[in-house]
Amino acid sequence: MFRNQYDNDVTTWSPQGRLHQVEYAMEAVKQGSATVGLKNSDTYAILLALKRSTSELSAHQKKIIPLDSHVGMSIAGLTADARILSRYMRNECTNEHYAHDQPLPINRLVTRMGLKMQTSTQRYDRRPYGVGLLIAGFDSKGPHVYQTCPSANYFDCKAMSIGARSQSARTYLEKNLDKFANCTLNELVRHGLLALRECLPNDMELNSKNVSLAIVGKDHPFTVYDDQKVEQFLALITEAERKGKSSGPSEQDRVMETEP
Amino acid sequence: MAWAKENGGNNKAAELNYVDRSLDGPSHNFSLMPTPSKHTQYPYVTGSSVLGIKYKDGILLASDTAGCYGSTVRYKSVERLKRIGDNTILGASGEISDFQAITNLLDELITEDWMWDDGNKLGPFEIHNYLNRVMYNRRNKFDPLWNSLVLGGIKKGKKYLGMVSMIGVHFQDNHVATGFGNHLARPIFRDEWKEDMTLEEGVKLLEKCLLVLFYRDRSAINKFQMANVTEGGITITEPFALKVNWELEAFRNPTKGAEGSW
Repeated sequence: MFRNQYDNDVTTWSPQGRLHQVEYAMEAVKQGSATVGLKNSDTYAILLALKRSTSELSAHQKKIIPLDSHVGMSIAGLTADARILSRYMRNECTNEHYAHDQPLPINRLVTRMGLKMQTSTQRYDRRPYGVGLLIAGFDSKGPHVYQTCPSANYFDCKAMSIGARSQSARTYLEKNLDKFANCTLNELVRHGLLALRECLPNDMELNSKNVSLAIVGKDHPFTVYDDQKVEQFLALITEAERKGKSSGPSEQDRVMETEP
Repeated sequence: MAWAKENGGNNKAAELNYVDRSLDGPSHNFSLMPTPSKHTQYPYVTGSSVLGIKYKDGILLASDTAGCYGSTVRYKSVERLKRIGDNTILGASGEISDFQAITNLLDELITEDWMWDDGNKLGPFEIHNYLNRVMYNRRNKFDPLWNSLVLGGIKKGKKYLGMVSMIGVHFQDNHVATGFGNHLARPIFRDEWKEDMTLEEGVKLLEKCLLVLFYRDRSAINKFQMANVTEGGITITEPFALKVNWELEAFRNPTKGAEGSW
């Protein structure tokens, strides 16, 4: 996959019909730390993220970005690219309040994002955005979780995880998918934390410094819980459950994901 | 460009007869004394009142079909009630050409909304807010769209009836009116409107007010239309006339209460 004569710019197709630059951009998402998103059938959508810090001296990198009172997102990949996209999305949301006095429906927000991201996969002077997003929101149609990729594809998900070692979290989510629809908020958070801990590197455990949680739902504006505030949710899982698997990143995380 | 070729290129005079500027020159001449900017000063062809009420199943709007050119009732078949999308109706009084511009604008809005094709649809509340923004922004540029507009609709069982004026004043209510309707019809609404009227009761109330307007508003004619929006859709009636009675006591001696007037 790496290093061939068709991967120099995003406007060159390979003979197999692939845009290698876009695929390389998707690799950047896998470098970011893991984040999980899930929802129940009618009232809540939540996001959880594992925050990394570059050293003991610096704070953990923020992973969850509120966009409007009914929608927010968590990021994996290039934080700077995520900031640009979040600025665009916040602008779209406030414009909708100004022009139509309604919260922007989530599927329309994500469609606009997809259109914006696509331009940078078709111009010689731009590069794809190197960040994957999990967008969680609540609108008149209920809770939503969307995933976006640097390829400008977006997916409506029942639950999803992206980032480093996220395959283990996806496996957990797939196993428990049937239970989510009828979960209460606390049960949903519990499932999310158990999925997130699957992505922990060696010898780490979930604690209030490295876990970020966001909840949005009916009568619950998008709220991010960090540090002190996330303790009450960490209490939903036992001490033993906070620890991750002892094995390192598995080979399956490295396999390139192809779009359907 | 062909003009310039004739006559050895000396056709400036001829060009200026047909367009305001030379065809191959700049579109605006830079000058230290720019032309004065033009703002809307007064309307030319105007429509009179629009009435609107909520009833049990939806909204009813009514207006006459007159377009006045100053004090002349020049156009007698002007449709002042229009459908917007499939759940909203718009009625306008004031400058008719501005109303046509607004209708175009809202049709573009609805089309763009439809083109997203994602299961979302703008409802009367959202359209009204958009209209407010347009009216208020034009007013800020001292170039208003010279209309008072009534917007009514129903979405997911929720009824909506609102009004916007040319300076961007807007509100919602159970019954609204523009122009003379404010003075002649709304007092009747305040006395006789009630929650959950049937269609017949609503139509009767509106017809009563339309008749009063015809008697007392000189720019009204005896040719009306009514628009009805419910969950099932929008209907706008063909023009109809009402039975008038000029033998009423108040018309026999019109100056009885005010000697010397006419």
